[in-house]
Order: sequence, then C-alpha cells, then structure tokens
Amino acid sequence: MLELRNLSVHFDVSKRGKGKTIVRAVNGINLNIGRGEAVALVGESGSGKSTVGKAALRLVDTTDGHILLDGVDITHLERGRQMPLRRKAQMVFQDPHSALNPRMNILRSVAEPLILHTALRGQALTRRVIELLEIVGLQAQFLYRYQHELSGGQKQRVCIARAIALNPDLLVLDEPTSALDVSVQAQILEFLKTLQSDLGLTFLFISHNLAVVRYLCSRVAVMYLGRIVEEGATETVFTTPKHPYTQALLSAVPWPEATQPKGHAPLVGDIPSPVNPPSGCSFHTRCPFARERCRAEAPTWRALAPDHLVACHFAEDLAAS
Amino acid sequence: MTDQPLLSVRDFRLEFDTFDGVYRAIDGVNFDLIPGESLGIVGETGCGKSVTAKSILGLVPTPPARVVSGQILYNGEDLLTVGEERLRALRGVEIAMIFQDPMTYLNPVFTIGQQLVDVILAHQRWRPSEQRLNRAQARDHAIDMLSRVHLPNPERQLDAYPHQLSGGMRQRVLIAQALSGNPRLLIADEPTTALDVTIQAQILDLIAELMGEFDLSVILISHDLGVVASLCQRVVVMYAGQVVEDASVTRLFSEPGHPYTQGLLKAVPHPGRAASTLSGIPGTLPNLYDPPAGCRFQSRCAHAMPMCTTVPPLYAVADGQRVACHLHAPEASRAGVA
Repeated sequence: MLELRNLSVHFDVSKRGKGKTIVRAVNGINLNIGRGEAVALVGESGSGKSTVGKAALRLVDTTDGHILLDGVDITHLERGRQMPLRRKAQMVFQDPHSALNPRMNILRSVAEPLILHTALRGQALTRRVIELLEIVGLQAQFLYRYQHELSGGQKQRVCIARAIALNPDLLVLDEPTSALDVSVQAQILEFLKTLQSDLGLTFLFISHNLAVVRYLCSRVAVMYLGRIVEEGATETVFTTPKHPYTQALLSAVPWPEATQPKGHAPLVGDIPSPVNPPSGCSFHTRCPFARERCRAEAPTWRALAPDHLVACHFAEDLAAS
Repeated sequence: MTDQPLLSVRDFRLEFDTFDGVYRAIDGVNFDLIPGESLGIVGETGCGKSVTAKSILGLVPTPPARVVSGQILYNGEDLLTVGEERLRALRGVEIAMIFQDPMTYLNPVFTIGQQLVDVILAHQRWRPSEQRLNRAQARDHAIDMLSRVHLPNPERQLDAYPHQLSGGMRQRVLIAQALSGNPRLLIADEPTTALDVTIQAQILDLIAELMGEFDLSVILISHDLGVVASLCQRVVVMYAGQVVEDASVTRLFSEPGHPYTQGLLKAVPHPGRAASTLSGIPGTLPNLYDPPAGCRFQSRCAHAMPMCTTVPPLYAVADGQRVACHLHAPEASRAGVA
C-alpha cells in the first residue's frame, strides 16, 4: 500500500552568513505498509516520526529516496497534481482544535473535501455529511455547531469524519489521542479499531504513547534521530525488544499498577541534535552497551527473524545477556 | 494515620463568579497528607485537581474565585485565612510548587543563574538575620542546587538562557529553584506531561531521590495513572470537584472502589500487556454551573440508583481506603454490591 524507500527529509535552516545548517529529520528509512495493516511509528520528540507521516502525504518535500503509494511513485508529485493522492490518503492531526477552522460549522468542515473532490451538493451533500458523522458516533444535531461548542473528543471525531469522507485507503494519524483525557481516548481508540476492521483502512499511526500503540497496531517501527532502529510485529517488539533504545523506551513507561516492572536502567541525557548527529550508530551517546565499533560504524539494517528487523551491531549479544 | 498530618484539606469549597453564573469548581474536598508521604491527585480535565493545588499556595485569584467554606491546614495553620503576607513567607520556604510547562515558568530574557539567585535572595527575608546569604553565597547555593538535580556543568548552566536548555533540563532547573528554599512540601502539577517518556522517567526518579535527600513530602497532580503509581504511596481520585476515592496505591489498583475509578482503570491501555478491550466512560462531565443534586457521577454511572441523589460521604472501606459511593454504604456492602 505505502512503501518508503530510503526516504530522507532534510531541512535547510541556515541563517545568512552563518554557514550551512541542515536538520536531518529523516535519514534513509525503509518502511512497507501492507493494505489493511496498522503500523505504528514510535519515538521521542525530535526522532522524525511526524516528518515521515507528512512526507508520506507530500506535505513536506523529500530530499532523497522514493515514496510509493499503491505502486505509484509520488515522490515528486507537484502540488497541482495531488488531488488523486488526497482521495487515497488522508491525515488526522494531534490537536483537533487547530485542525478545524473556527469560522466553519461542522457541516462545512466535513463537507470541504466532498465539495473539492465530488459533485455532491445541497441535500445530497448534507445527507452524506450526516452519514459520516454517524460513522464517527455524532448525531446530526452537531451539523450547525462550531468547533468551540464541541469537546475535545467530539472535535477529534469530526476530524476523523472529514478524513474518511472520500473513502481513503490510507489514514496517517499523528498523535490523534494525546490531547484527550483517558476516558475519551479509550472511546476514540476503540472506534478507530472498529473503523479499521470495518472499512479495511490502512493506518500509519504516529505516537509516543507505547500503551496506545500496543492496543491498536499490529506492527511497530521505532525511530531514533531520523532512523528506524527496530521494526517488527507489535507483540514481538514489546515482549522481546532487541535494540537497546527500544528496551529503554519500554522500560521508561510507568505501568498503571501498584507494582512497577523492574526494567532496564533509565536513559541518561537528551536526544542529540539532528543538525549534528553522532558518528556511527546515532544512539551510541546514550547507549549503556556502546562499544568502540558503535562510535565508528553505523549498524546495518538486518533481520533477526523474518518479521523482526533491527539496526544494532550487538543485538544478539544483548538479547543473550 | 497516627501521624499528625502536615497538610489537611477540610471540606474545601471554592466557586468562580463568572458572567454565566456561579461555577462550582471545588465542592467539599477532604484529604490529609502525612509528613514524608507522596500523595497523588488524579482526575481528568476540569475535575479541580489543579485549582485545589493552587489554592494551597493561595495562587487562585480572588475574585473571580471565592472560597465558600473549609480549611487548608498546614501544620495546624489555616492557609485560607492567614493572609497574603504570611503566605509569602511560606511560599518557597515551606511549600514550593512546580508546573507542567517548564518554559512558561522561566523568564526567557534572564539567565538561569539570575533567576535562581533572585529566588534564593527573595527567600532570605524570611530567614533569621545571621543565616542570611549574600549574593555571592546565593550564587554558590544556586550551583549546589543545580548539581543536586544532576544538571551537567552547573556552573556553566548558570549563564545559559532557558531556550538553550532542553525540556527535561528546564524542569530540573525549576525543581532546583523550587527546592532552593528547602521547603517541607513540594506540589508538582503535571511535572512530566510535556516531556518524553524517557525524560519523564528521569524526572520521576529525581523527585523520588530528592524526597529522601530533602525530607520532602510531595503532592503529585497528574492525569496519568502510571505516573502516579510509580511515585506515590497514596492516591486521591477527583471527579467534578469532589474527592471520589482516597486509597493506597496498592488498594486503588487492586480493588478500586468507586465506579469512576473502575472506569478510569478500564480506559487506560496497558503498556505491558497484549491488546485487550478498552472501554471509555460514556457521557461527559456534568455542568458545574448547575451540578446535579447528590453524586456528580450518577449520570455516567452504570450502578446509579435512587439513593444517588443524596451526596455520598467518604465511606471507609478497608486499609484506609475511603470511597464516596453509596455502593459502599454499610447495608449495601453487606448485600455484596461493589
């Protein structure tokens, strides 16, 4: 469905007279998402996960590599010719409040993609919007309300209704529940899960919340400083993480339980700057197991098992110890 | 509970006068904090947890807020009536607070050092004259504080501006600033919400470490049950301005007493377990301009019964667990409903 081949996204943030400053947000990542799959992209802020999501929908320009959607190369699709892409792939953003135009009522907001892409108008358009609102569990009474009259959960439902208005195949969800309270988050997650199985949607789910990812996604890719460091089936990665970064990330999540798991030592320090990433393995500055080779040589992306890939020189040794 | 509580909130009620009417934000909150304890206050947006915490330090502007009744006793002294002058003497010296977004609480145009030294010098007014620090000593104290929160190169960081630090480092600076007056009580209002999980783990470890080092008691406010579970010994669950449950962490996660707590626990996805089903809590918060009579959770509660139109007291259940739900009324518990 979606194929990212050696994708890199660099941003030039140079200031005049100060030399070149390049932010290497995404650095040669490969990711395949099959039809109907829910794949998660996790990592700390600054790892480049949101940039991958945006690049996949051509919202930012790629520096290198290719993006294939349904086998069609869309890497250099110009703005004026993106209409067919928008019918196939849509995005839901983190903050539903800023994703909805405050001057449009809900009817207009949800109808916007239908007006742009279809011939639906008048009564038929309104009927379709009501249908869409019903899918996301909102009643028709919301049609003429404005976003400020809705709660956070209701707004996110409206955003989802708008995203699925054109029956897209792929939905990129960028932290869709992190602005919501847990009781509302649970409703949205349940709803997304049924939506995915009922409509056969493909999800690229971007999140820093590992518990949410474990609940919703079947496959997970862990990003660190613009690279994917581990990828595999969700249960495999969560139960037998091989990359030291994944292990640290998992052990940092507090459990909603009286007794906390005895995990690995917490990571020290912060994520380095993507302007000047460390040599070799970019994780070596924070890795408790770093050795000489990690500073010199970037690890290759290799398969430990058919569906479990990792970028670490010593993944086997770490697993054994 | 033989210890004398350090802080005791009794029947605290607070309302906001707004153009839309009277907003009943806090309605009869009761809890105690014993010295050396870390207490979590959890609840969803709008449940009154932050307002309660800010009220302890007198940080809620009045008007629009109005204290209707109750007491907030700190070492037996009622903070609601001591007046601004006394509160100033307590802030930072006896009770300190850290907040969610560390950037907002640091001034972007002054260096870390200037801000820390200012705070330390401001505290000197309340100290006995022979113990007062001068500016140079305050600077040394600032360096000492920064090293105690494990900020690398504390001396150099004094000359850094807030934007040069990462979110985790800023939160360390704020913790150093809060503890520079050597307070007995630290109130942490969502201290890790803006941080990544790895940094969150560092900050929570740091708070736990400093509790021992500074002989601190902590009130941690969070919406994240995991965060509370990893730092606190006891938890107060708030809903719509009321305390619905007060229990030890062990008890809360094994035998949640209130239907709201039970719902909350079912709504949280678990990072350590394979996907199971989640259930949200249907409905929304009641309108606090015109709250329902009796239990404020009744409209969303699966166990609602006629009795719920009367306000449930905090029934003692077991092991110090107290639950504000009529299901735990003595006769109901005999019938085995819970």
